Amino acid sequence: MTEDLVLPAPRDAAPEVSGDPLLVVEGLTKHFPVKGGFPIRRTVGAVQAVDGIDLTVHVGESFGLVGESGCGKSTTGRLITRLLEPSAGKITYSGQDITHASRKQLAPIRSEIQMIFQDPYSSLNPRQTVGKIISGPMEINGIQPAGGREGRVRELLEIVGLNPEHYNRFPHEFSGGQRQRIGVARALALEPKLIVADEPVSALDVSIQAQVVNLLQEVQRELGIAFLFIAHDLAVVRHFSHRVAVMYLGKIIEVGDRDSIYTRPRHPYTHALLSAVPEVNLGDDETVGRERIRLAGDVPSPINPPTGCRFRTRCWKAQDKCATEEPPLIQISGNLAGHLTACHFPEEPTIEARDEDIVLDPALAALEES
Amino acid sequence: MTTLTKEAGAPSPADAGAFLSVRDLHVSFKTEDGIVRAVDGLSFDVQRGKTLGIVGESGSGKSVTNLTILGLHNPMFTTVEGEILLDGQELTTARESDLEKLRGNKVAMIFQDPLTALSPYYTVGRQIAEPYMKHMGASKKVAWARAVEMLGKVGIPNPKERAKDYPHQFSGGMRQRAMIAMALVCDPDLLIADEPTTALDVTVQAQILDLLKDLQQEFGSGIVFITHDLGVIADMADDIMVMYAGNAVERGTTNEVLRSPQHPYTWGLLNSMPRLDSDLGAPLAPIPGAPPSLLNPPSGCRFHPRCTFQDRVGGTRCVTERPLLAPDRASACHLTADQKRSIFIEEIKPRLG
Repeated sequence: MTEDLVLPAPRDAAPEVSGDPLLVVEGLTKHFPVKGGFPIRRTVGAVQAVDGIDLTVHVGESFGLVGESGCGKSTTGRLITRLLEPSAGKITYSGQDITHASRKQLAPIRSEIQMIFQDPYSSLNPRQTVGKIISGPMEINGIQPAGGREGRVRELLEIVGLNPEHYNRFPHEFSGGQRQRIGVARALALEPKLIVADEPVSALDVSIQAQVVNLLQEVQRELGIAFLFIAHDLAVVRHFSHRVAVMYLGKIIEVGDRDSIYTRPRHPYTHALLSAVPEVNLGDDETVGRERIRLAGDVPSPINPPTGCRFRTRCWKAQDKCATEEPPLIQISGNLAGHLTACHFPEEPTIEARDEDIVLDPALAALEES
Repeated sequence: MTTLTKEAGAPSPADAGAFLSVRDLHVSFKTEDGIVRAVDGLSFDVQRGKTLGIVGESGSGKSVTNLTILGLHNPMFTTVEGEILLDGQELTTARESDLEKLRGNKVAMIFQDPLTALSPYYTVGRQIAEPYMKHMGASKKVAWARAVEMLGKVGIPNPKERAKDYPHQFSGGMRQRAMIAMALVCDPDLLIADEPTTALDVTVQAQILDLLKDLQQEFGSGIVFITHDLGVIADMADDIMVMYAGNAVERGTTNEVLRSPQHPYTWGLLNSMPRLDSDLGAPLAPIPGAPPSLLNPPSGCRFHPRCTFQDRVGGTRCVTERPLLAPDRASACHLTADQKRSIFIEEIKPRLG
C-alpha cells in the first residue's frame, strides 16, 4: 500500500492543545497472514487489519479512535504499543523511530507508553495482590521512588479513588469498576506520557462507566498525559477526546477536531455512525430530529476489502469513481482546519434530519413501504 | 394440540388488556455463599402489541425475571414465589411439559449473544423450522419453506441458499436476524428480547432495532425489551420499568420516565450517561458507589447507600422502610411528589443540558 505513504503530512495541532507531536504514525499497516491448504499450509491471503493509517498525537492531547468491530482500532493500539509488529509504515515516538526497535531499545520507551485494557477481569493477575500488580512496572524498570514502592502504590491507589489500605487485597475482592481503577493505577505507576486506552469503559455498567471516564479525564488533565482513546461508543469518545479519528476497515476515513467531526461530519460513514447512535431525546420539542440513515448489511471482510473506497459497498452516494480510485484523506473544501475526509462525494456538514431518510437495508425498506 | 393452541385469526381487540401479568414475583437462588434474592417483589404487565422496556444495570434482576417467565431457571437451586399469568395461565406452577408447549410458540426469546444461542451443529434453516414443525405440526417441507420466508423477511439476502448455511457462516448481525426469524416463526404473542443488540455494532444495532419495531407492527406481538442502554430503550419502548437490585424503582410511559423522571436512581442514570449533545464543559455526574450485593441487600430502600437525596426525606425512613411502587406511573421513593418534581426541574434537568 505504498500510495498511502505519500498522503499529505500529518496535520496541525488542535486549538486547545499547544503541544508538540508526541506520537507520529505514518502509513502504518498490519496484515495478518491467513493460512490454508493441505498438507502444506501456505499463506493464502491476508487480513488487512490496518492498512496505511496516519495519525499524530500531541503532548497532553487526548485522541479518540472510533469505529465498529473489525475496523482495526484495537490493532492500531497494539501496534503503537509495539505489542504487534507492524507490516509496514513508521511509528515515531518523541522523534525516535520505534517501528522496528528491539526489545532493548524499547525498554526505556515502554515505561512512557502504557496501556489500559478493556476487560478488567482478564487484565489483572488473579494470583497477585493489588500492591504487587501496581508495583510490577516499577520493579521491572528498577525504579525506587522516594518513599518506597509501597508508598507510591498507596499514593496511586488514592489518585484513582481506591482505599490505600486495600494494598494487600486480591483482584477478585473488587468490583468491575474498581478493577478498572487498579488498571489505571498500574498504567500511571511509571508516570507515562502516553496512555493507550483500548475500550477502557465498555465492559462497565452505565453508572460505573461515568466514574471511570471522569477519572481518566482528571488524570489526563491534571497529569498532562496524552491519550489514545480507542472505543466504539461515540458519546464516550466525544466526551473524552480533543480530536477524533473515524476508522472503517483498516483505514482512517475522517479525522478532525471533536466539534468538527460531531457537528460537521463530511464522510457518509461518519454520518451513518452518528445517526445510528440511540439517543434519549430530552428536549421538549419532538420534531427536532437527527438524520436517520440505516445501512445495509455488515462490514465487509478485511481479507478481501472492496477496491477503491472501502465504504462504497454500503454507501448511498457511491459511483464508478469510488470503485476505481481510492479517495485520499485530505481537507476537502468546506472543512474546518485540521478536518480531513477521505471521500469523493462528501455529504453536507450537518447532522440535522434530511427531507427523506436513507434506508438501505432491504428488509427495512420492504417493511416500511408496506 | 392441547388448550394452548392459538385460536385462529388475529387476536380480537377485546384482549387488549394485559397479556402477561407478573404479580409480586420473588426469585431467589441458593448459592454457596447464601441466598441471593435476585428479584424481590416485582409486578408488571405487558399488553399485546406494546413494548415494555426493562432497564437496569447488571445484577438488577432484569434477566432473571425473564428467564423465570420462560421457566428456564434451574429448579434445583431456585425458589420462585408470586404469580406469572400469561394469557390467564399461571406459569410458576405449570408443569414442564406445559411450558414446553409455550416456548417458541406463544412466548419466544431473543438472546444477547446469537453465536452461543444458535446451535453450531444444525443449519440455520433447520433451527428456524424446528419450532414450526413442533408447534404447528407442519411437515418438514412446509416448515423449511416457512424458514426461508422468515429469513427473507428479516433481511437475509438470498434466503433460499443461506438457510442451508451454519451459524458460523453468518456475520454477527445476520445471526441476530436469524434469531429474530426463529423467535417470530410461530407468530408469538410475546417476545422477550434480552439485550438483543448489546453484542452488535451501532450501525447494525440501528438496523436490528428498526427491524424489530417494524416486525412488531406486522406481527402484533408484545415485546419485553431488556437493556442497560437508555438510548435504546427510548427508541424502542412504549413503557419503561427501571430496575435496581431486584426491585422496580420507577415505571411509566417512555415519555414520562425520560422527560420527567421521579426516582433518584433514574436521575443518576440520565446524568451519568454521556450523550451526543451533552455539555462538554462539565464532567459526567456518576452515581457514587457500586450496586449492592444481593446476598445481603441494604435495608429499607435498596438505593439508599448511593442516594444523595436521603436527607431531604429526613429521619431514618430510607434506611428502615422500603418504599413501595404504586401501579401505573409511579416511583418507589420516600420523597414527596412535590419534592421529586422540584428536585428534577431545579437540580437535575439543568445538568442534562
